[in-house]
Amino acid sequence: MVNEVLQWVDGHPPPGPFRRRFWRSPVRGPWLTAVLGSVLLAGLTVMIVTGLLSYAAYDPLLPGNDATPAHGLLGFYLFDWPTGPSWLYRVTQGTHVALGIALVPLVLAKLWSVIPKLFEWPPVRSIAHSLERLTLLMLVGGLLFEFVTGLLNSQLDYLFPFFFYTAHFYGAWVFIGGFVGHVLVKFPVMVRSLRRGPGQSFRRTSVADTRPEPVESELVATAPAPPTASRRGVLGFVGLSSLVLLGTYIGSVLDDPLRRLTLFGPHDRGNGVGANDFPVNKTAATAGVTPAMTGAAWRLELVGPAGTTRLSREDLLALAQHTHYLPIACVEGWSIGKTWTGVRLADLVARAGGRPTDRLFVESMQNGGGFGAVSLSVDQSQAEQSLLALKVEGEDISPDHGFPARTIIPAAPGVHCTKWVKRITVIDGGA
Amino acid sequence: MFRKLYGDNPLHLFAQIITLALAGYAAGRVPLESAVWPKMLVWFVGAALGHDLVLYPLYAIADSAAHFRLFRRARPLPHVAGVPWINYLRVPVGLSLLLLLVWWPLISNDAPGTFFAATGLTTDVYLPRWLGITGVFVLVSAVLYAVAVRRAAAAARVAADNPGRVTTP
Repeated sequence: MVNEVLQWVDGHPPPGPFRRRFWRSPVRGPWLTAVLGSVLLAGLTVMIVTGLLSYAAYDPLLPGNDATPAHGLLGFYLFDWPTGPSWLYRVTQGTHVALGIALVPLVLAKLWSVIPKLFEWPPVRSIAHSLERLTLLMLVGGLLFEFVTGLLNSQLDYLFPFFFYTAHFYGAWVFIGGFVGHVLVKFPVMVRSLRRGPGQSFRRTSVADTRPEPVESELVATAPAPPTASRRGVLGFVGLSSLVLLGTYIGSVLDDPLRRLTLFGPHDRGNGVGANDFPVNKTAATAGVTPAMTGAAWRLELVGPAGTTRLSREDLLALAQHTHYLPIACVEGWSIGKTWTGVRLADLVARAGGRPTDRLFVESMQNGGGFGAVSLSVDQSQAEQSLLALKVEGEDISPDHGFPARTIIPAAPGVHCTKWVKRITVIDGGA
Repeated sequence: MFRKLYGDNPLHLFAQIITLALAGYAAGRVPLESAVWPKMLVWFVGAALGHDLVLYPLYAIADSAAHFRLFRRARPLPHVAGVPWINYLRVPVGLSLLLLLVWWPLISNDAPGTFFAATGLTTDVYLPRWLGITGVFVLVSAVLYAVAVRRAAAAARVAADNPGRVTTP
């Protein structure tokens, strides 16, 4: 009796999208899905790797640096983030964000190509099928959650009622779980579909001659509509969309003059005059840093085994000055390279009576907000290019860029380059 | 036996277990970080439903409306000189809407406060930029369509003047 009812239900899908005839596109099919899937397999793998690297770049194992301290086993791969090449984080994080933007059309096209499966009838066929539908929610929900939170955060629009770091980190791991499982199951299907091909010439078939793939699949229309685009046209449109999105953003990760070509990028315009005309991600006013705090009375507090010394900006300018071209590279994706001049952090370690095996803790005058203080690794504290910068391109850095003094660390995320430095403390690195 | 009971091969089950273990572990850590984890769950499920049940139907319906109902016609518009026009509409409008979707926070001036606090700048430049590039897309597409129609018309004239010759479209 139960079996008969189930059989009857199987054979009687409700009207609308639950019926095969509802889906009419002649280009939908396993081959098209496999092409989109193979591009996403490569692209999302790069997204995952660069994302995991970005977490490592924050050196979360050092005190105070971890935005997701409950990471547990998910921090299994963490390592001391290197200090060279200096463009390392600029490239990994620029890739993460720019590629993510360029992948939006591919994600949408892939979801379009498989949407009939959302309305499969019967909704559940077996234990395997029900498990797969649940894990697909993790894949698709995770993917879209990551894209939505990433895009909102990079545009400084904090619509979501939770911390970005928490959400993007754990959302990523839920997505990774769904992604790995999906690839394990679907990789052979993808290879098979690619080998089989679309059933007619991809290059030469005209729009009018475009027919559904000659294969039995729930993706293939049983009652196809007249074709309005060839497969070449569909994939061309997806590719063009990616290029347009990438092209309107990519200037954000380049130096002038190419940077000026940015059409959509939250940090496409400078904030300052002369050498200081480049983007900031927190203004002095927002940080609560006033002229009174940065004026002649300002002193850098240098704390170490030799005691506490207070250095004025003139004192710092009188020390050996070093100049390096280093990028500011933000977790939000944008970056810009500048030539900075200032005191080597390693010299400050020595001056405070520290050893080359010690590390630094840098505190800002900014009030509240994230990353007002940061632990630098031993490597970062000793790197030849790590500076307490006083000038940029030969001019004094402006208040918005961290006057009187800011740190600039090669290959580190922008938030680890502390502005408006108040105190630098030498911490015993052991050994 | 396994297949009959489970519905697929053991590798399939293995893949599901990996997913559930990894995703389950990650999800299980979230409450240790943040008390607002139910809100994250809402956004997580909402992202999937938002695409599948809002965004997809919207653009699918818009597309078929453009195709079949534009200017209240029951059938697709006649193709001028045999050149289908739909993709000359789809591509510029699609590109424009995609830019709007991705850069919505900037273009819509959704968060001028946080944007100004961070950058010291305003977001009012992005709407004109979007309108401008949309205009460029539409213009380029219109020119390409005009060129295609002209070519098709010329080819049709040639075919009419030489009735003996076989031409391929």
